[in-house]
Amino acid sequence: MRLRLTFRAMDEIREHGARGYPHEVCGALLGRELEGNGAGGLREVTAVLPLENRRDDSPRNRFSVTPEDVLRAERAASEQKLELLGWYHTHPDHPARPSEFDREHAWPWYSYVILGVASKVPGDMTSWRLADDRSGYAAESIEVA
Amino acid sequence: MAVKVMIPTPLRAYAGKQDHVDVTARTVGEALDSLVTQHGDLRRHLFQDDGRLRSFVNVYLNDDDIRYLKKEATPVKDGDTVSIVPSIAGGSPAAHRATRGTAE
Repeated sequence: MRLRLTFRAMDEIREHGARGYPHEVCGALLGRELEGNGAGGLREVTAVLPLENRRDDSPRNRFSVTPEDVLRAERAASEQKLELLGWYHTHPDHPARPSEFDREHAWPWYSYVILGVASKVPGDMTSWRLADDRSGYAAESIEVA
Repeated sequence: MAVKVMIPTPLRAYAGKQDHVDVTARTVGEALDSLVTQHGDLRRHLFQDDGRLRSFVNVYLNDDDIRYLKKEATPVKDGDTVSIVPSIAGGSPAAHRATRGTAE
């Protein structure tokens, strides 16, 4: 599984993560599936939609996107003739790896991009897909083009 | 009552690649039961092991969140549409776990 991000999409996520530090930020990934959804599949993110983190009680280590915002992201994708491929969020001062909390709140198929932000500086970016049986994540390689 | 249950894109692989499933039900809960009876692989992505809806799974009857109606007991009528919409949530490990070096 491969996830291709345009330079602009990558920059927007990194800039959003730095701007929001020390809070987690989140947003939607819009694009297209290019080569199917199997193990060798490739999807391309051509636009990102920054969203508001609704978790104002613990925004440093939690994020939340409401169903209303999910529907808004789906509409935005549809208007641009794109698909809502997944979501990004940041881990301020933590590694860019999915937490147990992430796993419990995920669905398969979506790409979950995580950006580590250390002391306001964007760092590693990773992407993950939940297994069909919810047992864990598989890493999705990221390409920038 | 004949009800249409809309399947969100991420879950269509577990529902025969369909964007909706037609069910017969008297309540929203029965509609969801019928859905996961027809398509068993959907169950784990909608329900916890104890049978309750997962906390991030939201269900709408037409345009209304069933939490503000009668939840799963909300009655349905012919031609209604039930939609499944996720909330997206997550975050980094809690601070006390990070201090133990747990990189989850």
